Amino acid sequence: MVLLRKIHGSLTLLTMMGALYAIFVIAPRELTMGIVQKIFYFHVSAAWIGFFGIYVVFFCSLIFLIKGGRQWDIRAASAAEVGVIFFTLNLVSGPIWAKPVWGIWWTWDARLTTSFILWLIYLGYLMIRRLVENPEQRARLSAVVSILGSIDAPIVYMANRWWRTQHPQPVVAGDSNSGLHPDMQVALLLTLLAFTMLFFYLWKTRINLERAREDVDILQQTVQYHIKEAR
Amino acid sequence: MKFFNQTTTVLMKEILSEYKTKDVLISMLLFGLLVILMFNFAFEPDSEEIRNFGPGLLWMTFIFSGLLGMNRTFAGEKENKVLEGLMLSPISWNSIYLGKMLANLLFMLLAESIILCLFSLFFNYAIWPRIEWMAIITFLGTLGFSAVGTLLAAVSMNTRMSEVMLPILLLPLALPVILSVVLATTANFSTPTDQNSMIFWIKVLIAYDVIFITVPLMLFDYVLEE
Repeated sequence: MVLLRKIHGSLTLLTMMGALYAIFVIAPRELTMGIVQKIFYFHVSAAWIGFFGIYVVFFCSLIFLIKGGRQWDIRAASAAEVGVIFFTLNLVSGPIWAKPVWGIWWTWDARLTTSFILWLIYLGYLMIRRLVENPEQRARLSAVVSILGSIDAPIVYMANRWWRTQHPQPVVAGDSNSGLHPDMQVALLLTLLAFTMLFFYLWKTRINLERAREDVDILQQTVQYHIKEAR
Repeated sequence: MKFFNQTTTVLMKEILSEYKTKDVLISMLLFGLLVILMFNFAFEPDSEEIRNFGPGLLWMTFIFSGLLGMNRTFAGEKENKVLEGLMLSPISWNSIYLGKMLANLLFMLLAESIILCLFSLFFNYAIWPRIEWMAIITFLGTLGFSAVGTLLAAVSMNTRMSEVMLPILLLPLALPVILSVVLATTANFSTPTDQNSMIFWIKVLIAYDVIFITVPLMLFDYVLEE
């Protein structure tokens, strides 16, 4: 198992280095935006993992409620913690890219609004996990919250989309994926792959941490029990 | 039939306990009034801006006072430590959810009707000519808000900071409702009434209501379990 982890980690590192090379060396400089455009690769990949992460949390929560089993709860919580990091990266890199390119930090179009709402839902999930004492209850309540949140996300997206098509806003962002140069496509795919591998690596790390924590708790309780017995 | 009777029993219990104390309604009304007051100082209340911002301000007032009412959903049971009693009684837990949701809906609608009159008064905003569609939109929006809110009230009552957790969880999830009602209301009050837009957003509201009454009904058992 440890060997597998080490292989996973090394492969992730190699893929990330490959992605960096592809982004900065292979992919050409964009005509109008210049070097700032390179944020695009990280921004899109972080967004992809963020959205992927919330659906991982959703499925783990669903399986937890249906089947039960502490393992699924640990998986859901760990996926949320890792996913929120990627989503935060997405939300931070977006405005950094937007300001020099569009001249504005933020706009309330469908995608950005949904990203923001999803981030808030993630945070709500993590807050629930902090604030409920009883572990079984914590598992169930956070599972319910994540299911509600994941169902809400597509509705938020569609509602915002319809709102924005009804009242057309000045076009600030063409779809970045339309007509991508093949070298840029390679860079994007490599970065996506690297981020995905990183997500799974961090997810597994977090799960192992949680299991180790539980083992420590059990050991502590055993020790205290024996101390009491010895008295 | 049995389910219907159980739901009605829970609903009547909520109405009765509210009738004795009236604290939820009064606090919702007072808070709504204060929010209208704040908005008056935040925005210059001349009629051009009110035309544009009116529906948004109105619904912000409804949402904030509704949150207050929602917080109190399970407070009675928690304070008097009778939640276990309620769970052990021979009724299906879904009827507890529905009964409380309908009670929240009723209290919110009552408070909203009064707040609506006050809003119309303070901002010289003519509501009466468009009241039929306004009533439908308000009902559907409040139904959706109350459906999600009641479930999340049950979720947050188990947390340490329950009064803070409810808005944190509820507002992101209720966003489609807020968007739809504000846009439907704006369409309703535009001269002439923008029928297409209004009907469209009412359909979105109905879809949201259907989804977010069904899903909480499925999830409520998991929330209430100990």
